[in-house]
Amino acid sequence: MELSGAEILVQSLKDEGVEYIFGYPGGSVLHIYDALFKQEDVKHVLVRHEQGATHSADGYARATGKPGVVLVTSGPGATNAVTGIATAYMDSIPMVVVSGQTPTPMIGSDAFQEVDTVGITRPCVKHNFLVKDVRDIAETIKKAFHIASTGRPGPVLVDIPKDVTDPAVLVSYEYPKKVSMRSYNPSVKGHKGQIKKALELMLRAHRPILYTGGGVVLGEASDELVALTKKLGFPITNTLMGLGSYPATERQFIGMLGMHGTYEANKAMHECDTLIAIGARFDDRVTGKLSEFCPNATIIHVDIDPASISKNVKVDVPIVGEVKGVLKEMLKLLNSGEFSPKPELISKWWERIEKWRSYNCLDYDRESKLIKPQYVVEQLYEVTNGEAFVTSDVGQHQMYAAQYYKFNKPRRWINSGGLGTMGFGLPAAIGVKLAHPESEVACVTGEGSIQMCIQELSTALQYKTPIKIINLNNGYLGMVRQWQEFTYESRYSHSYMDTIPEFMKLAESYGHVGMRIDKKEDVRGALEEAFAQKDRTVFLDFITDPTENVYPMIEAGKGHHEMRLAPGMITDEDLA
Amino acid sequence: MRHILSILMENEAGALSRVAGLFSARGYNIESLTVAPTEDPSMSRMTLVTRGSDEVVEQITKQLNKLVDVIKLIDLAESAHIEREIMLVKVHAQGGYREEVKRLTEIFRGSIIDVTASSFIIEVTGAQDKLDAFLKALEEQSVFEVVRSGATGISRGEKGLHL
Ligand SMILES: Cc1ncc(C[n+]2csc(CCOP(=O)(O)OP(=O)(O)O)c2C)c(N)n1
Ligand SMILES: [Mg+2]
Repeated sequence: MELSGAEILVQSLKDEGVEYIFGYPGGSVLHIYDALFKQEDVKHVLVRHEQGATHSADGYARATGKPGVVLVTSGPGATNAVTGIATAYMDSIPMVVVSGQTPTPMIGSDAFQEVDTVGITRPCVKHNFLVKDVRDIAETIKKAFHIASTGRPGPVLVDIPKDVTDPAVLVSYEYPKKVSMRSYNPSVKGHKGQIKKALELMLRAHRPILYTGGGVVLGEASDELVALTKKLGFPITNTLMGLGSYPATERQFIGMLGMHGTYEANKAMHECDTLIAIGARFDDRVTGKLSEFCPNATIIHVDIDPASISKNVKVDVPIVGEVKGVLKEMLKLLNSGEFSPKPELISKWWERIEKWRSYNCLDYDRESKLIKPQYVVEQLYEVTNGEAFVTSDVGQHQMYAAQYYKFNKPRRWINSGGLGTMGFGLPAAIGVKLAHPESEVACVTGEGSIQMCIQELSTALQYKTPIKIINLNNGYLGMVRQWQEFTYESRYSHSYMDTIPEFMKLAESYGHVGMRIDKKEDVRGALEEAFAQKDRTVFLDFITDPTENVYPMIEAGKGHHEMRLAPGMITDEDLA
Repeated sequence: MRHILSILMENEAGALSRVAGLFSARGYNIESLTVAPTEDPSMSRMTLVTRGSDEVVEQITKQLNKLVDVIKLIDLAESAHIEREIMLVKVHAQGGYREEVKRLTEIFRGSIIDVTASSFIIEVTGAQDKLDAFLKALEEQSVFEVVRSGATGISRGEKGLHL
């Protein structure tokens, strides 16, 4: 088959099984757009800003496990995509980004819309390519998908100069069946000896805790994690990225850990004698002050990326390998009868944890006349039966969503954890809805964040992706305000916007349904009404208590045992 | 601790900047770096000298291994190896000092490769400390240009870095 470079690109995507491509046209990708026009298998979603394209592709990837695909033009198209690429990179999300480039003979001449895309994106991609020959397109695309989706996943960018997609130049096409790269062989099986050693340590523990992260979600190892945790009987905490990989409503789950983790999770981390970290990377938002981190624990760490092991915290038993395989092996050993958990060893530990849990650290002022953001999330959880896909932006609302929506399945909680990108939520929700048209998709956001990619409301209408936007409108860049209250003596430097749009009208002008809710008693009804409108995107603007803060909180530079609790909360010291 | 990382990588455009970028982005230092194609022109071999605690160098090694262009690497300093660097030194040499410079060059098994009425260019090869010692032996004011290649190295015996 003889095809042009543009046709080869599109055909390669087809052969790769790509369903959606999120993009925005421009000069250097016009040949590709023409090839897209002539087919119907790969559906193109025209976003309103290239950042939106990357976040939508990212949302699609997080919700499905399949790589998200993006197409942007050179220069500003590529630079607009960088934030979304970096967002995917930080959370190890598989993504393939195709960018147009200035024609090869003009590269380096400061040509119109030329930027060094490969250079700009190098630090925030897993890998990138510049394709200089039309005969290399198919193989490069194959490699890009391979690299993006294997090992520790991540975004891969393929930069293609315009002349390489020239419709007048035809070459023979065959999509490679497989790739082999001598410099890239990621799939690793955990070392059996190490696994056994880890299990022995675990079963001897008196105060064990499982600390699991996004790697379990990415590695499709949730079922194994649930089985193992139940078998062991240990308490389990999830990172922000790992929520849903262990059902939040189950007894052994003691909540999220870290900066805004629960009292019981952080206390248990601080006092544990055996820490079993699985697919988690000891991020600073999780560990708090490193010198105070799990001071008495033997640490076991399972991760596919050897560079994550002993990076921030020295690990005693490292296991490099795919989480799923390692957990399976542990289960096999446990089921063989050779190893068996001894519940009596940890019964005291559970008593202690239950005591911490009984303080109910996530309680808040339910009597307040104002709408509390926590209340809105609780109601959202009930109205959606805990079954919705929830995307989020960055700020207090994100933490409330993580704390009060109890995720019972992986891939349901979709947020920018590593980069913390405001603007992520709405476009991500569009990608999620395209992937799961039958499921409810909610975007929990704030009046600050939503304005960073608000233009995607227009995309949501064009592609009929009915999502529900839960705007927790506190009038402030709330998370910034909270830090200023705690550490800058309430000097609220530029964390308040004097003017914000009337979101209800804005939503309507984009062709959606807008609602403004400023009374607590209307919250439930509004949510029910919104979710009843199956085929409409509804923007719910909840006017929430502007002074509410996220608790518990480990302030920067503090340890897990130094949590700041909601005013009026009982603490250990009170009880002593 | 000084470490000499010997890196086998794809001979591709951008491979060098990936390595250099990794060092600057993560705040590791590069003391010297040399790179050239190997006997197999599809691969290059880089020798990179860095300093850091064992933990830091372990991280560096892991991060380098993660780069898709990197095929294999070893830390030469971990076992018996040979290290070489080439240095070209231009010195002012007049009168009695000319003899002195010739003598020093001989002692260090260097060679004078260019001569004018008032200057020499001397070529010296060896490990870093030998080159340092040679420079120290010369009169400080006489040295007016120094070019060093940075270290390259190879491990001794059967052990090695190849596919
Ligand atoms: C693109 C970007 N810019 C700045 C920040 C820093 N930041 C983190 S949270 C936050 C406030 C977010 O405000 P809002 O969306 O209203 O959420 P709230 O905290 O009020 O719930 C800011 C500015 C960020 N995370 N991302
Ligand atoms: Mg706000």
